[in-house]
Amino acid sequence: MQTQKQFDWKRYVIVFFITMGLFLTAFYISDYFSSKKLNQLQGIQDKISIDILSSETQYSLLSELSCKNISDSTLSSEMSELGNKLEWSQKNIGNTDEVNYLRKYYSLLEIKDYLLMKKISSRCGVKSAFVLYFYTTAQNCSECEKQGIVLSSLRERYPELRVYSFDFSTDLSAVKAMLDIYKIKDTALPAVVIDDERLTGFQSVEALESRIKQSFKLQEPITTTKKATSVKK
Amino acid sequence: MNILSWIIYILTFLSVYVQVFFLITFIERRKHILIRDKRIELKEYPGVTVIVPCYNEEKTIAGTINSLLDLDYPKDKLRIMVIDDGSIDNTWEVIQEFEKFDNIEIFKKENGGKYTALNFALGKVTTPFLGCLDADSFVDSQALKRIMTYFDEKDTMAVAPSIIVDKPKNIIQGAQKAEYDMAIYNKKMLAFLGGIHVTPGPFSIFRKKVFDDLGPYRHAHNTEDQEIALRMQENHYTIEHCPDAYVYTSVPNSVKKLYRQRLRWIYGFVRNAMDYRRLFFKKRYGTLAFFTLPSGIISVLSVVFLFAMIVYNFINFVIHKIVEISAVGFHSSFVSMHFDFFFFNTKTIVFVSIILYTSVLTSLLLGRRMLEGKFRISFDIFYFMIIYSLIAPFWVLKALINATRDKESSWILEREVKTVKQ
Repeated sequence: MQTQKQFDWKRYVIVFFITMGLFLTAFYISDYFSSKKLNQLQGIQDKISIDILSSETQYSLLSELSCKNISDSTLSSEMSELGNKLEWSQKNIGNTDEVNYLRKYYSLLEIKDYLLMKKISSRCGVKSAFVLYFYTTAQNCSECEKQGIVLSSLRERYPELRVYSFDFSTDLSAVKAMLDIYKIKDTALPAVVIDDERLTGFQSVEALESRIKQSFKLQEPITTTKKATSVKK
Repeated sequence: MNILSWIIYILTFLSVYVQVFFLITFIERRKHILIRDKRIELKEYPGVTVIVPCYNEEKTIAGTINSLLDLDYPKDKLRIMVIDDGSIDNTWEVIQEFEKFDNIEIFKKENGGKYTALNFALGKVTTPFLGCLDADSFVDSQALKRIMTYFDEKDTMAVAPSIIVDKPKNIIQGAQKAEYDMAIYNKKMLAFLGGIHVTPGPFSIFRKKVFDDLGPYRHAHNTEDQEIALRMQENHYTIEHCPDAYVYTSVPNSVKKLYRQRLRWIYGFVRNAMDYRRLFFKKRYGTLAFFTLPSGIISVLSVVFLFAMIVYNFINFVIHKIVEISAVGFHSSFVSMHFDFFFFNTKTIVFVSIILYTSVLTSLLLGRRMLEGKFRISFDIFYFMIIYSLIAPFWVLKALINATRDKESSWILEREVKTVKQ
C-alpha cells in the first residue's frame, strides 16, 4: 500500500481547474436563466405595447362608440405583474444594461397607459383612480420602500386604483418631462401625485386612502365597487 | 456583490475543491481500497497491548472489554489494560470482574484526564504494538488482524480503523451515522495521500516505537488523538487507514451532548492547528500542510460565514417586515404570489450550492459503498445535512471564541453529562 508523501502540485492544479470548470458551469447556467427571464419580460412588454397601441387605435377609430370594448382591454394586472417581475429582476439579476433598458421601456408603457386610461376614464366614465408615484434608490430615500408597500396595499383594496411608479433616476426624456411637469425634486422623495396634486414625503395608508376617496370618488372597497363597475354606459 | 457574498463564494469554491480533491484521488486509487469480508491468517502475530481508559463508564465498559476478548487474535499475543481514571460510579466494580482473565490487567488511578490514563499504561507496555479503545466503543472480531496486515509495510507507524455509529436510535444519531460513513471515505483518501491528521481514540494501533521516539501523549486541549497524529506527521511517520477494520462507537444521543463533544473536537482542532501552525504550507509536510490542515480551517470558516450570511439575511427580512408593519399594520392581506417559475431564484450561488451539496453527497455515498458494498440513500443523509447546517455554527463559533480566550473544552464535562443523563 503506497502512500504519497511528496507534494504533488499537479494534483492541486488539476483539481483547481476542475473546480473552476464546475463554477463556470454554475455561472453559465445562472446566466442562461437570467437571459431567459429577461427575454420573457421583453415578450410581455412587447405584448403590452401592442395592446396599448391597439387600444389607442381602437379608441381613435371608434371615438365614443364602444366604451365597453375599450375598458375591457385594459391591462392593469399585466402591467402590475410586469412591474413586480422587473423589480425582482433588478434585485436579483442586478442593474444590467438589459434590465435598465427594460425598465425604461416599462416607464414609457406606464406613461402611455396612464394617458390612454385617463382619456378612456373621462370619456366612458369608468370608475378609475390614478396615482403617480415617484421614488428612488433606498440609499437616497429611506421612506420609499414604506411608501411602495402602502401603495401596493391600497391597490389590492381598490382594484380600480392604478398606480404608476417612476424611478427618479430613469434616464428617459418622457420620464424627465413628467418630473418637470409635477416639479418633482430628488430631495423630496417619495412623492405621490393624485389628480395633479403633488404630495411629498411619506403618506400613510389612511391619508392616501381618504385622499383617493375624496378626489376620485372611490367610496367603497372591493365588494361594492365591483358591482358599480359592472354597470357601464 | 458585497464583501460577505465574495467571502461565501470563495469559501464555497474551496469547499468544492476539497471534495473534488477527494474524488480525483478516489478515481485514481479506487482499486487499492482493500475490503476483505473473510477471515484471514497472518504470517506472524506480534504482541499487541490495547489500553482501555475509562471514566464513569459502568454501562458500556463490560461490552467494550468483551469485544476485545472476542477479537480473533491469539490470546497470548493480546494484552488488555483497563485504566480506571478515578471513576466515581461503579466502573471499578465492573472491571474487577475481568481480572480473572490472564491477558487482562486492571488499574485504578486518580482522575487526571484521558491522556494521563493512556500515559499511565504506556509506561507498562512491553509489546511492539499498542492501541487504545475508548470505553464507549466495541471492536469487530476481525479488526485487529486486518489492521496488522498494514504493518507488513515497515514504514507504517500507525493504522486508524473505520469507525461506525453503533445502532443509531434517533435522528441525532442517524445524522452522525451518515457523517461517520463519509469520514471513512475521507480518511482512506487522506491515507492514500499521506495526510491523516487524527488517529482516533477508538482502536488506532501504533508501533510502540512511535511513543519511544516521540514521547507520550500530551494533554493537547483534550484531543490527544489529534495531537499525536500531528506530531507523527511532523516527524514523517506514516499513518495508514484500514477501511475494513470496523469499530462501533456509541455517539451522543442528544443535541446537548453532541454540542459538547463537537465543541471539544473543534476547539481541539483549532488549538492544535495553532500549536502546529509551523506545518502549514511547508512542502516537506506534503498533503497535511497543503490540504488536510487548510481544509479543516476552510470548513470552520465556511460554517462561520454561512451562519453570518443567514443572520444577515434574517436581519434584512426582519427590517423589511418591520417597515411593512409600520406602513400598513399587521392585517395587510397581501395576495400571495401565484406559482411562477420567473420568481425562482436562479442566482449563481444557488447552482454553486447545488454543486457543493452534490459533492458532499457523493463523498457520503462513496463512504457508504466502501462500508456496505453499495450506494444507499437513506433519511440519515437528509438529517445529517439539515441538522449539521442548523447547529454546527453554534459549536464552531463557541469553539472559536473559547480558542481565542484559551478556555478549555472539557472531556470530563462531556462524561458527566452522559452519566447524569443515563
